[in-house]
Amino acid sequence: MSTMTDWDFDPGEKVISMKEWKERYEWVEDPQVSPDGENVAAVVNLGNGEFTVCNNGEAWESPCEKIWCLRFSPDGRLTAIVCQEMEWTMSVDGTFWDSRFDFLWNTRFSDDGAHIAAAWQNDLTYGMTLDDVSWETGYSNMSGMCLSPEGGKTAAVVQTIGLNEGEIFKFAEGAYTAALNGKTWPRNFMNVWDIAFSSNSEHIAAEVRLDRTTYTIAVDGETWKQRYDCVWTPKFHPSEHKVVAPVRVAGAWTLAENGVLIWKNRYLQLWQTLYSPCGKHIAAIVSPAYGKWTMAKDDQPWNNRFGEMVSDPVFSPNGDRLAVSVKDNGKWTLAVNDQVWGQWFNRVWGPVFSPDGRYVASRVESDGKFTCAVNGKAWEKTYDFCLDPVFSPDGDRLLVRAFKDGAYYRIVIPTTQIAG
Amino acid sequence: MHTIYQFVSGPLAWIAFILFAGGCIYRVAALLHTVYQKERFIFSYMSWRHSLNSIFHWIIPFASVNSRKHPVMTVVTFVFHISLILVPIFLLSHIVLWDEAWNITWPALPDGLADVMTVLVILSCVFFLARRIVLPEVKYVTSASDYVILAIVAAPFITGFYAYHQWPGYSFVMILHILAGEIMLIAIPFSRLRHMLFSVFTRAYMGSEFGGVRHARDW
Amino acid sequence: MGDPAVQNDAAVEAKVVDEGIDRGVEALTPERIESVINQVFEKETGARLQAYVETCVHCGLCSEACHFYLSNDKDPKFSPVGKVKQTIWEMVKRKGRVDADFIRNAVEVAHTQCNLCKRCAMYCPFGIDIAYLMLVVRRICHKLGVTPLYIQDTVNSHSVTMNQMWVKEDEWIDTLQWQEEEGRDEIPDLRIPVEKEGADIMYSVIAPEPKFQAGLIYQAAVLMNVAGMNWTMPATPGWDNSDMAMYTGDNEIMARVKRSHFETARRLRVNKIVMGECGHAFRSIYDMGNRQLGWKMPPIPVQHAIDFYDELLREGKIRIARKFEKSVTLHDPCNIVRGRGLHEKSRSVVRAMCDNFIEMHPNREHNYCCAAGGGVINCGPPYKQKRMAGNRVKAEQLAATKAEVLIAPCHNCHSGLEDIIHHYKLDMEVKFILDILYECMEKPE
Ligand code: HEM
Ligand code: SF4
Ligand code: SF4
Repeated sequence: MSTMTDWDFDPGEKVISMKEWKERYEWVEDPQVSPDGENVAAVVNLGNGEFTVCNNGEAWESPCEKIWCLRFSPDGRLTAIVCQEMEWTMSVDGTFWDSRFDFLWNTRFSDDGAHIAAAWQNDLTYGMTLDDVSWETGYSNMSGMCLSPEGGKTAAVVQTIGLNEGEIFKFAEGAYTAALNGKTWPRNFMNVWDIAFSSNSEHIAAEVRLDRTTYTIAVDGETWKQRYDCVWTPKFHPSEHKVVAPVRVAGAWTLAENGVLIWKNRYLQLWQTLYSPCGKHIAAIVSPAYGKWTMAKDDQPWNNRFGEMVSDPVFSPNGDRLAVSVKDNGKWTLAVNDQVWGQWFNRVWGPVFSPDGRYVASRVESDGKFTCAVNGKAWEKTYDFCLDPVFSPDGDRLLVRAFKDGAYYRIVIPTTQIAG
Repeated sequence: MHTIYQFVSGPLAWIAFILFAGGCIYRVAALLHTVYQKERFIFSYMSWRHSLNSIFHWIIPFASVNSRKHPVMTVVTFVFHISLILVPIFLLSHIVLWDEAWNITWPALPDGLADVMTVLVILSCVFFLARRIVLPEVKYVTSASDYVILAIVAAPFITGFYAYHQWPGYSFVMILHILAGEIMLIAIPFSRLRHMLFSVFTRAYMGSEFGGVRHARDW
Repeated sequence: MGDPAVQNDAAVEAKVVDEGIDRGVEALTPERIESVINQVFEKETGARLQAYVETCVHCGLCSEACHFYLSNDKDPKFSPVGKVKQTIWEMVKRKGRVDADFIRNAVEVAHTQCNLCKRCAMYCPFGIDIAYLMLVVRRICHKLGVTPLYIQDTVNSHSVTMNQMWVKEDEWIDTLQWQEEEGRDEIPDLRIPVEKEGADIMYSVIAPEPKFQAGLIYQAAVLMNVAGMNWTMPATPGWDNSDMAMYTGDNEIMARVKRSHFETARRLRVNKIVMGECGHAFRSIYDMGNRQLGWKMPPIPVQHAIDFYDELLREGKIRIARKFEKSVTLHDPCNIVRGRGLHEKSRSVVRAMCDNFIEMHPNREHNYCCAAGGGVINCGPPYKQKRMAGNRVKAEQLAATKAEVLIAPCHNCHSGLEDIIHHYKLDMEVKFILDILYECMEKPE
């Protein structure tokens, strides 16, 4: 297992050609790149309906009938969901889990990558498995699977009461609840959505619908006393036991904490709340006027407004800066603390802060050419595709992972080479 | 009789004009205010080009498919509305009144033409009345108020026609005529006749939605 | 026991039993009705409702716009304004003090006798949007808990699974993998790239495709592969673009489902969403769902299949190998014609594929609705007879073309027209554009 401090941040370029893979295999599917950029892997077709995974040119030993959802975990292990003899399992670096399933999907990693979870279906019952240990009970349906941030617990929305087609009144009585590690909350709801874990993984909260028109938040199965026209995903405070959620009251959105409205402004839309890492600030994507989007930090909307979209908000590690990708007039860029980058792109991905918060970088695309941009300046070198940039722990170096002409490039450059 | 005449043509006329003008302004302002309060999103879709395009297609006879499907109705309604608006404004004897009171004048319609147009308005009202009684789809949605509105619109023209031709008792009918005209004016902002005010807005909105968002014609 | 074929209409009418409505109505109280109606009027509607009610001069000129009216022997109850009279006018006039029987009739009128096709908005001299008024009625009924059972069940499915047909997450992925495998028999290196972040196109479909018509996904995959598109399909909920919540007035669920669709496209960072041949789904992502969420226009451009095919043909990315031989006619789905003006594009695609194209009349923006749209077909079997009776004009219009094939580039229209063809015993086959395009296009050897 590698940690970031071991990563090679010496400026330079490493190239892994994939052309030869294409000759060796019937075809090579969309490649995946490890977080440290040292490995590139793809599902490859061996012919005769057999597939394997090729990681830096080396194939996993046992071929499979089907392979999908190839993903590197944050700690650099390569996982894929594989099927052999009509049974599905997880392969981690080519080694299969012991359990077999009728279907497996939705791979989830803990923040550090040490834990791997996925959703399964067996004999038309559904559950989750964490590091090859499955829930004891299966349910007749399941959605909204999630893994706690440190990876110790799994949760999902499950159906505990069977419903036949057209049983709308039984549905209204409540057939769904949340399950933590496979154990359900004591009560059911009409709907449950978007489970959130507390940072210590002890608690979960979710949106619940009590009847056709009544919504609220439930924390560990207990609903808030207040009722709303609608709600969106709750969020736990990083250290204290409190929950915030966007709620709609009298036709407008605002923010509630443990059921009490804490923001004064009313918005046309409000979602994706996030706490700053220390928990001092709360931000959210808001729409202060119809068709206008921006960020609000502690109920203060930014002055800049964007016509189409505001997405992927993120705080700098010290919580002072807030960055977000924005879309207006068909073009994307980034905005940081209400300052919009000068240059607009065809597409921009979510912002990435350097650990010290000095730099904000992002993957950008214009005219089909990809590159990375830092603090508003795009690198002049472009690629056919690239992934999100990664900063070295001191922020001075930038790792660019990109593809061009059938080869994979791992490039480390001084951050100033782009940022100036 | 004379004092009644004085009253209806003096203070009452003032009241009628004030209620008409004030009522119209109030109605339109209230409508826009409600949009601002409750459906502000509408403004963001409004487009001059598409609004005007739609309005023109509906104020030009036979420019819309439906107006071609109902040729008689189309002719009647255009003749009706044009006459209804032109006659009161451009009738010589009305202009004379304006001249006497305010010393302002404008060109008048020939009396003969105005007379014909008056008859056309009355006949149109008869036609509308007949539609309401005869056509099932109109009858089904007709309420008493629709007859009252037709009567309110027809009355000034019937009485005006009578008075103009100075048939027996015309001085009394003249008072009725003035009253009827005043009632009609007041009724515009305060009854379904306010379609005169709202039609531009409903049309413009539909035109903007169809033209700007849906990229389709609405005529 | 009578043979259903010889039952008269009155008997059919008497038999409409809809538990969703019946049980819903039983639970109503006058106070509840009054408060819900007034709440919707005061808090959720505004100038439009007011202007539409006050401007209407009761002239009846909208009547002939409506296929229900024309097909039911011009029964004025079925005219657009006649439906407003039976619902909104009374609610406004009586300030919400209407009884449960009134609501029972209102829900039936608004849900099963209007397709929200907006044809009448093109016939009313004032542009009064009666479809909007019927949606207000449906919203009221939703809040009263009185919604036809079948469509409510569909909305429940949306709320749980984010798709229309209770398709479970594994079933969806499995279907994509299965179609990819099938496709390889024809095109050996065919791919359906799932979850390909940064692709150009996210292709989205409605849930009946994986549920019943997986072949359409197959055909689309062939098209994408032959045209060399950089495309993807999501492996998460949000893949479905359909929306029955929009049609029951459950705006909150509509918003939730559309959010999941757009967020999925955003997460995959595609340049655009291309969707299959569906009309109501287009309305939902292009017009209604996005607005409910506060997006003036879709935050990520959405392109309907017709527009996409037209582009591929014009740019030569798809070529026609041989023309389709049978005579065809073309139905103009309301939601993409009156809803997006795609009628000329659909004609250019059809002309490119077919030599023998016969117009039906009226057409383009003035086309008659299929009577299935607006959630009407989704109200299910109890209303099927009425739906058939309510669109005789469509059958006549189709019959007059004498075409062998009817192209219906919309799922709802497709099913609704199949019902009509069957009911009126027309000799016609219904096809999607893609069915023919797939058959006629150049494919690698
Ligand atoms: C200047 C703007 C006006 C416009 C655009 C307009 C338009 C219309 C339209 C489109 C109709 C629908 C039915 C038809 O075509 O006949 C109508 C009906 C009618 N209008 Fe107007 N109108 C206007 C002004 C007025 C005024 C000032 C009056 C009378 C004071 C009036 C009286 C009527 C009446 C009585 C009907 C009902 C006919 C019936 O009973 O069927 N209109 N108007
Ligand atoms: S079905 Fe169409 S024409 Fe008929 S009332 Fe509804 S929207 Fe209008
Ligand atoms: S055409 Fe328009 S004004 Fe006339 S009855 Fe219909 S909705 Fe009312």
